[in-house]
Amino acid sequence: MADDAAGSVTTTSSLGEQRDVEAWKSAAAGEPPAHAMPWHGPVIAASLKDAVLVALVAAALGFFFLGLRTEIGVGTLEMTTRWNVLIIAILVVFVARLVLNLLVFKTSRPITTGIDRLAPSASALALIGRVLGPLLLVVAVALPFLLLEFAGGRARQFIDLAILILTYIMLGWGLNIVVGLAGLLDLGYVAFYAVGAYSFGLLAHYSGLGFWVCLPVAGFLAAMWGLILGFPVLRLRGDYLAIVTLAFGEIIRIILLNWYDFTNGPDGISGIPKPTFFGLEFSRGDDGFDAFFGLKYSSLHRFIWLYYIILALALVTNFVTHRLRRLPIGRAWEALREDEIACRSLGINTRNTKLTAFAMGAMFGGFAGSFFATRQGFISPESFTFIESAIILAIVVLGGLGSQIGVVLAAIVMIGGIEMLRNLNFLKEVFGPNFEPTHYRMLIFGLAMVFIMVWKPRGLVTSREPSAVLKEKKRIGADMVAQGEGH
Amino acid sequence: MSDAAAPRWDSEPILTVEHLTMRFGGLVAIGDLSFNAGRGDITALIGPNGAGKTTVFNCITGFYKPTEGRIVLRHGEGRGPHAVSELTSSGRQWDAADGNGVFLLERMPDHEIAWHAKVARTFQNIRLFGGMTVLENLLVAQHNKLMIASNYTIGGIFNLPGYRRAREAAIERAVYWLKQINLLDRADDPASDLPYGAQRRLEIARSLCSEPHLLCLDEPAAGLNANESAELNELIRFVRDEHGVSVLLIEHDMGVVMEISDHIVVLDYGVKISDGPAEAVRKDPKVIAAYLGVEDEEVEEHLEAGE
Repeated sequence: MADDAAGSVTTTSSLGEQRDVEAWKSAAAGEPPAHAMPWHGPVIAASLKDAVLVALVAAALGFFFLGLRTEIGVGTLEMTTRWNVLIIAILVVFVARLVLNLLVFKTSRPITTGIDRLAPSASALALIGRVLGPLLLVVAVALPFLLLEFAGGRARQFIDLAILILTYIMLGWGLNIVVGLAGLLDLGYVAFYAVGAYSFGLLAHYSGLGFWVCLPVAGFLAAMWGLILGFPVLRLRGDYLAIVTLAFGEIIRIILLNWYDFTNGPDGISGIPKPTFFGLEFSRGDDGFDAFFGLKYSSLHRFIWLYYIILALALVTNFVTHRLRRLPIGRAWEALREDEIACRSLGINTRNTKLTAFAMGAMFGGFAGSFFATRQGFISPESFTFIESAIILAIVVLGGLGSQIGVVLAAIVMIGGIEMLRNLNFLKEVFGPNFEPTHYRMLIFGLAMVFIMVWKPRGLVTSREPSAVLKEKKRIGADMVAQGEGH
Repeated sequence: MSDAAAPRWDSEPILTVEHLTMRFGGLVAIGDLSFNAGRGDITALIGPNGAGKTTVFNCITGFYKPTEGRIVLRHGEGRGPHAVSELTSSGRQWDAADGNGVFLLERMPDHEIAWHAKVARTFQNIRLFGGMTVLENLLVAQHNKLMIASNYTIGGIFNLPGYRRAREAAIERAVYWLKQINLLDRADDPASDLPYGAQRRLEIARSLCSEPHLLCLDEPAAGLNANESAELNELIRFVRDEHGVSVLLIEHDMGVVMEISDHIVVLDYGVKISDGPAEAVRKDPKVIAAYLGVEDEEVEEHLEAGE
């Protein structure tokens, strides 16, 4: 991006693009263009020098973090030193930087040049895009039976994981309306998840209502809270909006934590009823689901039913979003993301447009929360911390803002990935029996996310599908699409 | 400057700006500005850099709330002479029926000015929806109409016939304007992919899709070459002649201004220094002084000597 902008400073043909204007401004302010100057000197000397500098930085940082260590002694703190750890870290940094310099950064022929060509061509991607959605749908519908057939004893664990992934897919799709389409950065989405969960939990606790009655109520209440959050932040954009929504998420959680008389505080609400199958409970008794259909009782049946509920809820979310994108309201959301001032000049009421986006996103968050409550049977404020918001937002960003199928892929990678990393026992054979792979789960996961963002900075699916077509549908590259910074 | 017969902008104004003042803190961007723009006229607002032209635009289109003053927009002639003063004292924002109406723009929020008063505008630095296609840009401009036709989305979700017809009509209108600006074959391309001149034309077409009575163009010829400027002139004339849209434009390109304007208002440091038909303004020594930067005394001398 930066290179494009700087490169076109000298061409006048594409003056109109915003980023060119910015490049002009920075050029006028006397700032050098964002190009790195081509390197002409000896590669090895430069690489060594750079590696030494980076190692020095590592040494300075590591001196406090790795080199010194305080431990609680008898009535005092005892300081110990770990010079060997520090030296190993510096050496690792030095060698890694040197190798990267020699092979990628400083050389005239980086070994990474071939990587771009490995990516499939545009037409192949379009084909994959067309086939992938229906294929995933078929797999999703058949999944419980496939797992029963092939996973054997672990079927229950996998179905549970699939339910978890689908919950996050639904949350991702809900947040995608707010962040991906309307371009409003919401860091407090978990608040609506919590509102949905507690709406059902409290209704069940105090009035004994069942899941199917509470589901729409929970969605409605969450949408109302979406409006309540929406009003004060109407004038905010970008970072400021993110801060206020973040605070909102925390406010809801802390209220749930401290309003002990009503919400039972940190003890949470337990005994939340399970969803029934058209009035039939999944119990062992004579009036249960299995007895009614003459099946042998199995607790798996309830999991499969939960799986289909969340699949249906997620598909409804997707369908509604899909329809809305092609309607005036959806186009107005996207126009809002692109340019709010232009929207106002065209007579679009940006207040109502933003509020509907907040309310729609919140409603689906509330449905998902309600499902979460019935699946767990127990909720407490612990489940609605900021990290949940961060994970949902990461799913949306990683998938590609505004892309529905991207959210699916990102949720599978992120949620499924974290869980799969629990099963890294084969690494024990590499690093010896003392190596505990689960300790490195988050490290590997973080590295994977960094890698994806370096490789695909705009997310996994990076093109936008136009909402109306005259003759020929052309996908729009992500570099054209605004990300809702609110300029 | 006082003609025998009152010029059209005084006898039949679509827009009346009265004692408009806009202060930003201690800075007076516009000081007590009054002018009329005639119905069916092409009115140019010119002046040196920083004269306050765009501020006037922002006040008219509701992006700024003026510190003082009244901005009246009229639809049709059916309203009596007292309509404006009655509306002003009533405290309401606007009053319209059967195609006739009076709107007090300084009281209305920006999106209602665009939707009810039918004032459309373009921007100095083009503001297209870059990541959306050309067609989508033109459909967004018809948002309110489509919103009503889709029963505020309910009917749209079920794809009711009323919405389907409205959508067809909206696409038809978009196609019509795309033909006028020669961009029909690029309808499905993203707007930021278009060359600069085409983006300018598209922005004008987008504002026209909202069927305005008054079209405000902020430097439409900036950055265009001679050929494109000529095309732009033709487009502006076409809009006025065939669609009855009154045009108010800010422009630095004197070739464009002198050729197409019926009426020119000149601003300098937020104050009106000249107002009249193109010929009269061109010869006005104050205007020449403002543009060439002559000392004030010299203008006074010139005025005393000449007239």
